[in-house]
Amino acid sequence: MNIDWASFTPVSALAGGMIIGVAVALLVLLNGRIAGISGIVSGLLRPAAGDVAWRLAFVAGLILAPILFIAASRAPAVAIDADYPLLVIAGLLVGVGTRYGGGCTSGHGVCGISRLSPRSIVATLAFMATGFATVFVVRHVIAS
Amino acid sequence: MKGATLAAGAFVAGLTFGVGLVVSGMVNPAKVLGFLDLAGAWDPSLALVMAGAVAIAAVAFALAGKRTTTLLGAPMTLPARRTLDRRLVVGSLVFGIGWGLAGFCPGPAVVALGAGKLKALVFVLAMIAGMLAFELLERTQAAAGPGQESGQRS
Repeated sequence: MNIDWASFTPVSALAGGMIIGVAVALLVLLNGRIAGISGIVSGLLRPAAGDVAWRLAFVAGLILAPILFIAASRAPAVAIDADYPLLVIAGLLVGVGTRYGGGCTSGHGVCGISRLSPRSIVATLAFMATGFATVFVVRHVIAS
Repeated sequence: MKGATLAAGAFVAGLTFGVGLVVSGMVNPAKVLGFLDLAGAWDPSLALVMAGAVAIAAVAFALAGKRTTTLLGAPMTLPARRTLDRRLVVGSLVFGIGWGLAGFCPGPAVVALGAGKLKALVFVLAMIAGMLAFELLERTQAAAGPGQESGQRS
């Protein structure tokens, strides 16, 4: 294994992760909800009475965050190498997969592991495995 | 009034979550793919993001587990299911393929959308289309016959 020390950002990664942890804490202690983004977004696709406002508010907060950074002249780096057809395929797979699997990196990966949920640990191992395998195939099998 | 208070709580949580994704660099698909590229120049940052998040969240869930209502008086609605099934595994495997193709998972994609990236918008629209396809399939199956358990929200 060859660590890319120039790209590795341990301090901001740990600090950012802890901020995400605070966000998860806020949503569970205030709203009694799991901060799983795929679940929060997909809940808007089958709206139930009294269950819409908090979801919209959470998503609005997510969208506002980078706008604040841009307003403070600290625009985040967002490098998206995938072309449009690939983004559509990837988006469809993420949408269908997270619904069948009942969660994504936030719901299973952060919240579920924090709760030591066996389902979430298995889910996280599964999506990490195909995530690693997919990048391996794209970068080291197809590209070479 | 209750709904407005809960929405305000969710807004602050969402904003904080988005700030965390920006600060950690996870809003950048190139950085996420750097983590998933074990055989190339590997960037371990994502592992530390998860470690930092889990360290704080674990304390919060331990506290939440002792309560039946939240600080705002809302009921605790945490998933209780602990059994594994094929849907969980197959769905997560499929999600991982999509994640590895573009470097986007749902949270960072929504935040990148806020950063004004057209490509993030395209990804999010395709993701919502995928979620809708799942909903339609579920409804069709539910209409065809009972016995199918539905996906857990998380």
